[in-house]
Amino acid sequence: MNKTIKQIKEDALKELQAVSDSKKINELSVRYLGRKGVVTQFLKTIASMPKEKRAKAGEKANETKKSLDKAFKEALIRIETRSAAIEDSIDVSLPGRIINHGSLHPITQITLQICDIFSRLGFAIAEGPEVETDYYNFEALNIPKNHPARDMQDTFYISQNIVLRTHTSPTQPRIMEKQKPPLRIIAPGKVYRCDSDLTHTPMFQQVEGLLVDRRVSFGDLKGILTTFIHQIFDEQTSLRFRPSFFPFTEPSAEVDIRCVMCRGKGCRVCSQTGWLEIIGAGMVHPAVFENVGYDTSVFTGFAFGMGIERIAMLKYGIDDIRKYYENDLRFLRQF
Amino acid sequence: MKVSLSWLKNYISVDKSIDDLADALTMAGLEVESVSDRYSYLSTVVIGRVVEIKTHPNSDKLKLCNVDVGEQVVSVVCGAPNVKNGILAPCALPGTIFPNGTMLEKCSIRGEVSEGMLCSDVELGLGANSYGIMELEEGFAVGEKLHQALSLSDPVLEIDLTPNRPDCLSLIGTAREIAALQATKLTRPEISLLESDEDITKFTSVTILNPDLCPRYSARLVFDVKIAPSPFWLRDRLVSVGLKPINNIVDVTNFVMMETGQPLHAFDFDRLAKNKIVVRTAKKGEKLTTLDRKQRLLSQEMLMICDGEKPVALAGVMGGLNSEIKQATTRILLESAYFDPVCIRKTSKKTGLATDASHRFERGTDPNGTIFALNRATQLIAEICGGNIIGDTIDEYPKPVPDRVITLSVGSANRRLGTKLSQSDIKKYLSSIEFKVKKIDDDQLRVVPPSFRVDISRFEDLVEEIARLYGYNHIETTFPLIQAKAVRPSKKIDSRYHIKRLLVGLDFTETITYSFINKLSCDRLELKSNDQKRRLINILNPIAEDQSVLRTSLIPGLLETMHYNMAMQNKNLKLFEIGNVFFNTGKEDSQPDEVEMLAGLWTGNRMDDSWLSKGKNCDFYDIKGAVEALLRNLRITNVRFTRMRPEDCCYTKPGHTAQLFVQNKSIGIIGEVLPKVLKNYDLKQQAYIFELNIDNLIEFIPDIKSAKPLPKFPSTSRDITLIVDKDIEAFNIIKSVEVLNENLVENLYLFDVYEGSPIPAGKKSISLRITYRSAFETLEDEMINFLHKNITDRLIKEFNAILPA
Repeated sequence: MNKTIKQIKEDALKELQAVSDSKKINELSVRYLGRKGVVTQFLKTIASMPKEKRAKAGEKANETKKSLDKAFKEALIRIETRSAAIEDSIDVSLPGRIINHGSLHPITQITLQICDIFSRLGFAIAEGPEVETDYYNFEALNIPKNHPARDMQDTFYISQNIVLRTHTSPTQPRIMEKQKPPLRIIAPGKVYRCDSDLTHTPMFQQVEGLLVDRRVSFGDLKGILTTFIHQIFDEQTSLRFRPSFFPFTEPSAEVDIRCVMCRGKGCRVCSQTGWLEIIGAGMVHPAVFENVGYDTSVFTGFAFGMGIERIAMLKYGIDDIRKYYENDLRFLRQF
Repeated sequence: MKVSLSWLKNYISVDKSIDDLADALTMAGLEVESVSDRYSYLSTVVIGRVVEIKTHPNSDKLKLCNVDVGEQVVSVVCGAPNVKNGILAPCALPGTIFPNGTMLEKCSIRGEVSEGMLCSDVELGLGANSYGIMELEEGFAVGEKLHQALSLSDPVLEIDLTPNRPDCLSLIGTAREIAALQATKLTRPEISLLESDEDITKFTSVTILNPDLCPRYSARLVFDVKIAPSPFWLRDRLVSVGLKPINNIVDVTNFVMMETGQPLHAFDFDRLAKNKIVVRTAKKGEKLTTLDRKQRLLSQEMLMICDGEKPVALAGVMGGLNSEIKQATTRILLESAYFDPVCIRKTSKKTGLATDASHRFERGTDPNGTIFALNRATQLIAEICGGNIIGDTIDEYPKPVPDRVITLSVGSANRRLGTKLSQSDIKKYLSSIEFKVKKIDDDQLRVVPPSFRVDISRFEDLVEEIARLYGYNHIETTFPLIQAKAVRPSKKIDSRYHIKRLLVGLDFTETITYSFINKLSCDRLELKSNDQKRRLINILNPIAEDQSVLRTSLIPGLLETMHYNMAMQNKNLKLFEIGNVFFNTGKEDSQPDEVEMLAGLWTGNRMDDSWLSKGKNCDFYDIKGAVEALLRNLRITNVRFTRMRPEDCCYTKPGHTAQLFVQNKSIGIIGEVLPKVLKNYDLKQQAYIFELNIDNLIEFIPDIKSAKPLPKFPSTSRDITLIVDKDIEAFNIIKSVEVLNENLVENLYLFDVYEGSPIPAGKKSISLRITYRSAFETLEDEMINFLHKNITDRLIKEFNAILPA
């Protein structure tokens, strides 16, 4: 009797690890646990031990027998399941059955984002006709006939007094004629200008904004547009407001943002200026209020408008505005 | 507008770098589009030294020079009489673009290679001397760029002026803005004239017949002038801002226009009939040949400058050829007038003539600026062209333009801007741009803007000036205090986005196509002559023939998109678009009916090719399934598809087109595109479309969803197979069971349709599964069998059906 029960267990487990088929495991089981097996032999030797050691040795030997028995059985199950699985298995690396998903046009997606931001600020969404009267597109907005300001927008004419709207601004007088202040609306939609080149398509989309209340200031306009830009781009995007001219706002402003591509260092997108012109805005001109019957001594307001294509270009890194309306599936599916 | 820094410096000192100046102007509302140096074209012209001269083998006049240009020695063919060995001269290298627009290339002159050009002052645009090459004194480094060696630099600002600022369409106007921004002084040119004793009224007269259109006309006479090319400095100034020199008189008028913003015109006084000026509108049928040598038929609202007989100029737009300054001209009449902006704009638009003069007049010139500009031009003409200034000025001013007086409340201005500016701050800002400001009380100021600021007429205009000079970026960013009041979102807008998202979930990709389409689209769609979709709206000024009418259907856009994608090898498409279509109402000069539509197109595979399924083409039932899924998701019920009458089908195939009804209202169509239409669009692949009126659709989307209790008792199903005539629509059979309104019938499901043997010809078999369930008990077999037989018998009778053998 050379080996201790501990050594027997270690040897058995070591041997078990080395075998991989069920026949060998069964052989191993017989060699250790069978009637003439090593463990059984060991148990027989216990009777010859000194009395005081017998109980403990017996306990240990039985424990070993049990645990080896368990180890052999588990090894058998493991091997059997494995071989069964190999016979009945599928190639899980093959692609799954295709369930496709379409996509929203990038312009729709950006419009949704813009509307969502302004909705959270309490703006309601409005819409207006795409074929407009000269009155709403121009005159109500303080752009009289034969005014050089008409040259700022190349207009498509349907007849003498009917035009394809050149901006979403006609929704301003249309809404104000129907609703009394306070008023907070945005109006997204298609607009049209007689212009087609690398950076212009004859149809494009804008979002108009209008807020009218008592004591609205230019500072408030800055606040709303700053918060909007921070939401649509990020908080690191700084803005600058510079004087400009729109007949329907006074003071008028052009809003530039720090180029989101180069962060102001100067790049191709911002023509090396570090700034991108993105929104036209201003305090609503009193003539516009007078045209809709608002009391200019009580109410002030601001309006703004932005091109959706431009924002989408910056957000998605699109370099050619015409891509939006070619509708190449490979382009559309990227968004 | 272009302004050069060196010219600006005639009127102001500039204490900033050019970039800072450009930035300051931009931030004050004069957007500087670009800054360039007008001598940058000299960057390929270097200092060269002639190191060897040989005779040209094929020419007596030309010489072959070897010129050291620093890094190399180039051979140059030169014909200048003053070329000598050892001299320094500017040598242009290939690629140089000269002021006259030509580009220098390496070439061969009479068989000898010339790799550069030794240049004269004139050729380089640096002086009037055209005799030989420009000789440079010793001391310049060979190879140095000429503009660096001569310190030639003149930045030019390109300013994109908004239409409200005609006062800045001049050097002095721009300088005035800069002076205000820098808080420095503006210096105007000093004028002193040596006039003759003779009085102008002795020679000529000015009569204004339309004072509303011509409120002011000032004129001077200068006799004994000599027409010649202008001196270099004058030509150089004009070139620096992009104008072309013509002759000394015309150049002076252009120079003064650029300097002051007041357009001027010079007439050959001897060619004016009766030596007089009459300002009037054109008479019917009158014609004038303008300086561009085009004869123009005049219309009666056009304002004309006439002599004693006939028109001699299109007022404010362009002069007439019949009074043009010619080489032989000796006596001139100078015009400096103020015209009604609207009148000039109309004439300019009508004639299609946009000139530097009309650009300024239609935006508004300074009514009080005519005399200054007139005297300035007279002075320059006397200096440059010689001549004798006839005493005094004619200044007809029948309609004086009154001063505008505006009351400015400091409190209101601060409230509009969100600022806390003091009255004295505001006074300072407005005074800096030559507004006259007087205190009325602690809040109010009386402000009179200068006459050249035609854009200022009310309080809000003054507020912009204050904000501009204070700096928009100094105005504190605040937030409006607004009522926390919610507005119910529009069902239409919400539903539209909902529909878009559902279609995306059904694997359709959204497209957006132009609202204008080709005029030929109606024919391509094979529309009948009386089809509603032929009620087109024409665009008067389309950008292209294929974008000349407004669409009455979204289908042309989708078919064109399909065509484009086929060319890009995108063969499997599921597309949709939501957008407006436009119908001519027939009423003249009125808005069209705008109708919002939803259309879809499916072509190519039903599913993407994969190892699991090989590409099967989509068919009618695929697109119908998509529309059904959309309607189901929108919870729209009571939907019916019926076969469209063949005579009602236009661009879809008869027999393969369904009309969709919801609660008996027609919503739109589904169908296979007519092969002929596909051919018209050069498409070779079957396509299926749907086209729905989205407003009608949205109307049927229920606002409320309500829950039903789940059934407590089990259901039982029974099948029926009926053999019926082939042209019986399955929908009618289903409907026939539904109208029984048998409340134990829970569901009806059509699970098979079969034609062919052993079913007799002209017949088909239809198999239905009916599910029975009661809400109150488990149904007994007997009960179900009874009910099922009843239904079967009824269907047999109604549809003349037989049961399969």
